[in-house]
Amino acid sequence: MPDQAQLLPGTLDLLILKAVSLGPLHGYGVLLRIAQISGETLLIEQGALYPALFRLFRQGLLKATWGTSENNRRAKYYELTAAGRKRLREETEGWNRLAGAIASALAAQPEEA
Amino acid sequence: MKLLDSLRVRIAGLFRRSELNTDMDEEVASHIQLRADDLERSGVSRAEAARQARIEFGGQERYKEEIHKALGGGTFLETFLSDVRFSIRLLRKSPGFAVVAIATLALAIGANALVFAVLNALILRPLNLPNEKSLYAIENRGGSGYQSYPDYEDLRDRNHSFQSLAAYSITQAGLDTGKDPAPVWVYETSGNYFDALGIQPFLGRLLHASDEHGPNSAPYIVLSYGYWHNHFQDDSSVVGRTVQLNKHPFTILGVTPPRFHGTLLFFSPEIYVPIVDHQQLAGAEELSQRHRRWVFELLGHLKPGVTRDQAIADLNSIASYLEKAYPQDDGDTDFTLARPGLYGNFLGRPIEAFLAGLMLLAALILLAACANLGTLFAARAADRAREISVRIALGSSRNRIIRQLLTEATLISLAGGTAGLLGSIALLRRLSVWQPFPRFPIHVPVTPDATVYVVALLLALVSGILFGIVPVRQVLRTNPHEVIKSGSTVTVGRRITARDILLAVQIAICAVLVTSSLVAVRGLAHSLRSNFGFDPENAVLVEAELSMAGYNGPDAAAMQKRMLDNLAGVPGVQSAGFASNTPLNMDGTIMAVFPDQETDLRASNAAAKGYLYNISPGYLQAAGTTLLVGRDFSWHDDAKAPRVAIVNQEFARRVFGSVTDAPGRYFKLQDGTRIQVVGVVENGKYLNLAEDQKSALFLSILQEPTSQTWLVVRSNSDPQQLVAAIRDKLHSLDAGLPLYIEPWTSALQGVLFPSRMATLSLGVLGVMGAMLSITGIFGLAAYSVSKRLRELGIRIALGARPQEVVRAALARPFKLLVFGSVAGLILGLLATRVLAAIVYQATPRDPVVMAGVVLAMALLGLVATWIPAHRALRVDPLILLRDE
Repeated sequence: MPDQAQLLPGTLDLLILKAVSLGPLHGYGVLLRIAQISGETLLIEQGALYPALFRLFRQGLLKATWGTSENNRRAKYYELTAAGRKRLREETEGWNRLAGAIASALAAQPEEA
Repeated sequence: MKLLDSLRVRIAGLFRRSELNTDMDEEVASHIQLRADDLERSGVSRAEAARQARIEFGGQERYKEEIHKALGGGTFLETFLSDVRFSIRLLRKSPGFAVVAIATLALAIGANALVFAVLNALILRPLNLPNEKSLYAIENRGGSGYQSYPDYEDLRDRNHSFQSLAAYSITQAGLDTGKDPAPVWVYETSGNYFDALGIQPFLGRLLHASDEHGPNSAPYIVLSYGYWHNHFQDDSSVVGRTVQLNKHPFTILGVTPPRFHGTLLFFSPEIYVPIVDHQQLAGAEELSQRHRRWVFELLGHLKPGVTRDQAIADLNSIASYLEKAYPQDDGDTDFTLARPGLYGNFLGRPIEAFLAGLMLLAALILLAACANLGTLFAARAADRAREISVRIALGSSRNRIIRQLLTEATLISLAGGTAGLLGSIALLRRLSVWQPFPRFPIHVPVTPDATVYVVALLLALVSGILFGIVPVRQVLRTNPHEVIKSGSTVTVGRRITARDILLAVQIAICAVLVTSSLVAVRGLAHSLRSNFGFDPENAVLVEAELSMAGYNGPDAAAMQKRMLDNLAGVPGVQSAGFASNTPLNMDGTIMAVFPDQETDLRASNAAAKGYLYNISPGYLQAAGTTLLVGRDFSWHDDAKAPRVAIVNQEFARRVFGSVTDAPGRYFKLQDGTRIQVVGVVENGKYLNLAEDQKSALFLSILQEPTSQTWLVVRSNSDPQQLVAAIRDKLHSLDAGLPLYIEPWTSALQGVLFPSRMATLSLGVLGVMGAMLSITGIFGLAAYSVSKRLRELGIRIALGARPQEVVRAALARPFKLLVFGSVAGLILGLLATRVLAAIVYQATPRDPVVMAGVVLAMALLGLVATWIPAHRALRVDPLILLRDE
């Protein structure tokens, strides 16, 4: 197993939205996609994904339909709604601002203080 | 709307939950399948892949719960329902606790609902008429409501405040509908009475002002629903029928609605007759006499916008007119307004005071019950300390546990409240059909309404939350590690806790109740054994108002003699006599008497005031009144003979200073009549059983003729058969004679009524008090035993003797019991003085009462501590120590 990063609170929702924005996915697929796009650094406990998925679904950010997987298994597929895309944009910007701020804060040198 | 919507969504969510569960299950299954597929591709067997996929997924149930939480819907209702289910399961596991708690609360709520329902019915909405708020009765400043008929007409026509001022008077009349003529209770009403009150007919029509055209001009009667229902079996063809009222023909106009019982609470008339026919009913022409104040009450609705003060000012301007116009009849007239129903302040004040007292008592009982339940719940929480600690340790939130405890308390309070309410409704039903005095149309119209239900359930809930809060502090302070490590912690708290004080107060209240009820029971026993001055056993009373059958003056006297002569022929009759009135029939005439030498016959110079009875020869023997000295009246003591009297011992002692010297001496009545005493009889009771010894004088009815007739018939045969035989015999003389016949013992029920009622209600309160102290002491004893179970176990293991163990466990409840009982006994001694007014010879200093209270409290303590003491003694140190 490669080094795993501790997931910051609140970031799971953002990751799910991002993963689903790349194309419709079932729950297991979301896990795989997050692992893939994070370079296998971020691993999520499998069951913990579902409360988050249901929450996003309830907020109207995701829509869900039952379909069939590539290996012919019945599975529930999630897609972004318009509201979901908007939220993803906002959250991404927010995250980038925060990450940038923290990065520049951490890069500060003694003479700048 | 918003609230409703959210409620609807939540309830719908509840039903959707199963649907959601299936969906979730499927999704989880699909996830595990997909993962297993991947694992299988990496080379493990299908079964192993499936197992590993399930493990990787983690706790399915936990995530499902989290999903529900994430969805937010229905959680409150769901947790509430699961709390309810859990609480019911727990309560069923400890039925003893549940039964005691529910019974305690049911008692307290029942008592409060009962008293409140009576309060509600009598004071908050007395007559239950439309627009009752603007309905007022005119009251004289002195307190009574009596007016003369001419004054009524002036008040009615001259006032500017009332929409319509009505008048009514209460009397009895003989009604002959063709079979078994009987006296009925009558409201004589002004023509506008029903219209002024807004009463619509149930059948036919009611009286209107336009029916009146001067004295005896309106030969109409209106039946009450009850009379029509009972005597005409709901026959609607009675409208228009002619009946005989005091031998005068009257036409039935209609029937009043079932909910209308007249305008004096407790006293519902059987028929209504126009007041202008007063002469035909009363036999006296009083309509035009301004000094005869016989009209019982005037009442009506105030006009919209007229305040009570304005109306009183208006009435008093009429009063000053009356004073000027009729100074000899209406001098010093002063009106005020009062609520009708309880006859203004005359009856209203004492009844209000009595009910307020009862309500206070009921509230005390509720308080005691709450204190009790608090103790019970605390004891239970202590028993459950371990369970609660385990739950907290396993991650249950304190909020959730407190919520569950409150749910349990609420459940118990609802169950107790409902049980109490149902009980009180059953009692109220009995109360409202109950007729305490068969001779009077008295009933207590207390049907509970929505207000009563709401108040009772609110009380139950509030008390539920009150006692439910008691163990909360305990839960909040629970430190799971400590409890599980060391067992329930023995906190050495303050020496006297609030709970101790509450229990002591409660025991004191209970002791007061027990004392009062014992005093009342003793008093009743006394009054049943007391000397009435006559012997009601084996005697039958016949009440016949001869004027109702058309006999007046000399006709009445002749009829009385014929009746007496005929009764002598009834088999089994030993003696018979008659009187204008009998003692203890709730109607006493008082006569002032003066020394023979007194010339200034002012009331202040009277030598004595005595109850007056006009009696026939033979009455004393028939009544069983012992003649001490002198002689009985004879048939020669008539109008032509010198005036004679028989007096009681008290009279003789007061007026003449001695009993044996009294015969032959004279006294004077206020009108100057000289009367010679011919005999002295034993003392007796005249108006009520609790009275101080009163004077009484008996005059010869032949010298004071009256149509009011009470026959006393003494016999040795069965009273029921005798009643029938007497009725037949007297009706053979005149079939139209209205008679009321009953054994003298049952006629006395009315006199015993106040002491019976006091005994009954105090007895009930005493029993309730006793039960509450049992549960209270039991709660505390059980609590202190279970808190110290470990300590007791160790004591036993170290060889403590049983007495020592019991003493250690129960010393405190016992001390509280002694302290509370002593305080209660002292309070009871003070409080029961009040009882002396109602209960004959009520004295709490009676050694039997004292011993009874001490014994009762000791027994209560014994009963209440029996189970906890047993538990303390049976503590098995081995099990206990292993268990902990």
